Amino acid sequence: MDATSHAFPANARAGLADPTLQRALGLARTGFPARRQQAIERLPEFEELREEGRAIKDHTLAHLDFYLELYERNVIASGGQVHWARNAAEAREAVLGICRAVGARIVTKGKSMVAEEIALNDHLEANGITPVETDLGEYIIQLRHEPPSHIIAPAIHLMKEQVADAFRAAHTELDPGRPLDDPRALCDEARTILRPHFLAADVGITGANFLIAETGSSIIVTNEGNGDLTQTLPRVHIVVTSLEKIVPTLEDAATLLRLLARSATGQEFSSYTTVSTGPRRPGDLDGPEQYHVVLLDNGRTDLLGGEFQDMLRCLRCAACLNHCPVYAAVGGHAYGWVYPGPMGAVLTPALVGLHEAGHLPNASTFCGRCESVCPVKIPLPRMMRHWRAREFAQALSPPTYRWGLRLWAMLATRPALYHAFAEIAGRALGWAGRGRGRFRFLPFAAGWTQVRDLPAPEGRSFHSLWAERQRSGGKR
Amino acid sequence: MAEPPRVALLVTCLVDLFRPSVGFAAVALLEEAGCIVEAPRAQTCCGQPAYNSGDRADAKAIARQVIAAFAGYDYVVVPSGSCAGMVRVHYPELFADEEPAELARAEALAARTHELVSFLVDVRGMTEVAARWDRSATYHDACSGLRELGVKAQPRLLLASVAGLSLTELPGAELCCGFGGTFCVKYPEISDKMVGDKAVDIAATGAATVLAGDLGCLLNIAGKLSRLGIRVEARHVAEVLAGMTDTPAIGVPAA
Ligand code: SF4
Repeated sequence: MDATSHAFPANARAGLADPTLQRALGLARTGFPARRQQAIERLPEFEELREEGRAIKDHTLAHLDFYLELYERNVIASGGQVHWARNAAEAREAVLGICRAVGARIVTKGKSMVAEEIALNDHLEANGITPVETDLGEYIIQLRHEPPSHIIAPAIHLMKEQVADAFRAAHTELDPGRPLDDPRALCDEARTILRPHFLAADVGITGANFLIAETGSSIIVTNEGNGDLTQTLPRVHIVVTSLEKIVPTLEDAATLLRLLARSATGQEFSSYTTVSTGPRRPGDLDGPEQYHVVLLDNGRTDLLGGEFQDMLRCLRCAACLNHCPVYAAVGGHAYGWVYPGPMGAVLTPALVGLHEAGHLPNASTFCGRCESVCPVKIPLPRMMRHWRAREFAQALSPPTYRWGLRLWAMLATRPALYHAFAEIAGRALGWAGRGRGRFRFLPFAAGWTQVRDLPAPEGRSFHSLWAERQRSGGKR
Repeated sequence: MAEPPRVALLVTCLVDLFRPSVGFAAVALLEEAGCIVEAPRAQTCCGQPAYNSGDRADAKAIARQVIAAFAGYDYVVVPSGSCAGMVRVHYPELFADEEPAELARAEALAARTHELVSFLVDVRGMTEVAARWDRSATYHDACSGLRELGVKAQPRLLLASVAGLSLTELPGAELCCGFGGTFCVKYPEISDKMVGDKAVDIAATGAATVLAGDLGCLLNIAGKLSRLGIRVEARHVAEVLAGMTDTPAIGVPAA
């Protein structure tokens, strides 16, 4: 997918002006945080669990090479194969190669953000293979030819009427007069349409929430059960994932799963948690004949040892999106690439470049709500600030802005000049605004007065009044 | 009795320029809490605009000046959670890669620096104020004070002691108002959505006044309320606690 992150301001304006999107976001804004809060209140040790989760991830990242090698050995021992991919192109080719080797024509897919990251569907289609998304949200956006707007609820930007329209347009074999007002009817229809695809697919592709080094297993969690059908029915199962999903043991994964479900959807545990280890063994009732893992780096290992390493702890739970007031205002598509919200504001510049994604870490008030809910305590605002520092150091921010800052800093480091300025500016603005007490328009503060009034200053600076009070030896 | 502590007021650039009343209210409260208050003239701004814009060099230059200006006081008190958070939380981060001696000076200042209302309650043990104000109000929790410094219960405790004041909780009190320093002018439409929602929430409480502990947020909220024609006035919490409510509210002309 081509990034449009450079157009964030325009994307954001479009999102703000879209009434349907605003209605959909309005529902999400309250729903997710309330459910998370309730789940956490039922688990008194949640804070300790966050500490534990952070420690597991930090330990793994500190010994990433060791655990990845152990993981690969165990995948091979269980009869599977690991395909290392340095970048998106290598990952796409690896998947295509496996599909071609078995003559695949239809591929079913469970939800995978890494598959989005490498734009896998487009690549398969261009090579004559039909990918069918089986997660309901992913299926809907596939029909609408649009990217996901959220990392766990890809179609959250849509209302059910839009879903019904998409179904009517795509499922032309069904009675055009059928009622589709009820979410239940939409689910049933998707199920009916998808069932034959599950059976016809030659290859099933899923993501992974965790990779287990000690057993060579991959774990996915879903609430629809589509992942299980995707990975057990076809002859070949390909796990498309990235290397920071690794954890040492099943025990560690269990700890992180407890954090993940509560942070993501407010569930104690997701409805389906599926562990896959290698292909079908003799005597197994089901399972694929081949088990492949395509393990993507795509710039992640470059973050190791630097100021963005903490980002590799991310569980992709989406709590930071669900609690972000900027995300709630503009929606996920405004961010212009695969990962939106606070985690995207940190990750996207690392993956597609600061040049493309410089707006994202800037479009934050640093309200800190993301960090306060992150299950693995990723200091998201601090890392956005790191990006801003790099941007400033590389002179990527707009020149007027940079000069404004320099000017302010020059003034702020010269107290005498500063106090003279404050007194003059305070008096001038106070005098100009004395009639109404506020300004509806100010030329040098247009970004402010465009959307709100600017309250007029009281008219004198604190320091000059204070100096007068000191001279008169007491109270004002 | 113990010596009264010497407290330096870090006025903040917004209070200095826009609303000196907040500074004088802070002085009155600190004196009520038994402190000797000074306002060092070598201060300007805490450097947050530069720091949050990635301009580390200028942020450091300004921070060095603050560290020098406020050396030697028992405490530094700030009528803003955001600027207090800058000194308390971010100065040590800013100087983490500098000489140990300089980092130590930054850390020492950080440890002595407090947001005004939490200082009154947590450090000076204040549980009530002498003020009276017959009014209904609601309170917005500004983000930095809330999440960086844990300012939540302290203003509510003191406001509860203001005679005549009825305080209604604001739904979504912990949601950001969309100020965010330079954010509000860099992304005005997003800021507008956030502060617009905030204004509607405030109006829905039916309170006559909205209070907060940060002037940046208050200028933003007051400006949006007046643009929307919502007749709710905005004041810094210190003005109410100090009983200094005879001045016009933020953005209201003198009679
Ligand atoms: S950054 Fe934290 S809150 Fe956001 S998706 Fe990742 S783990 Fe979840």
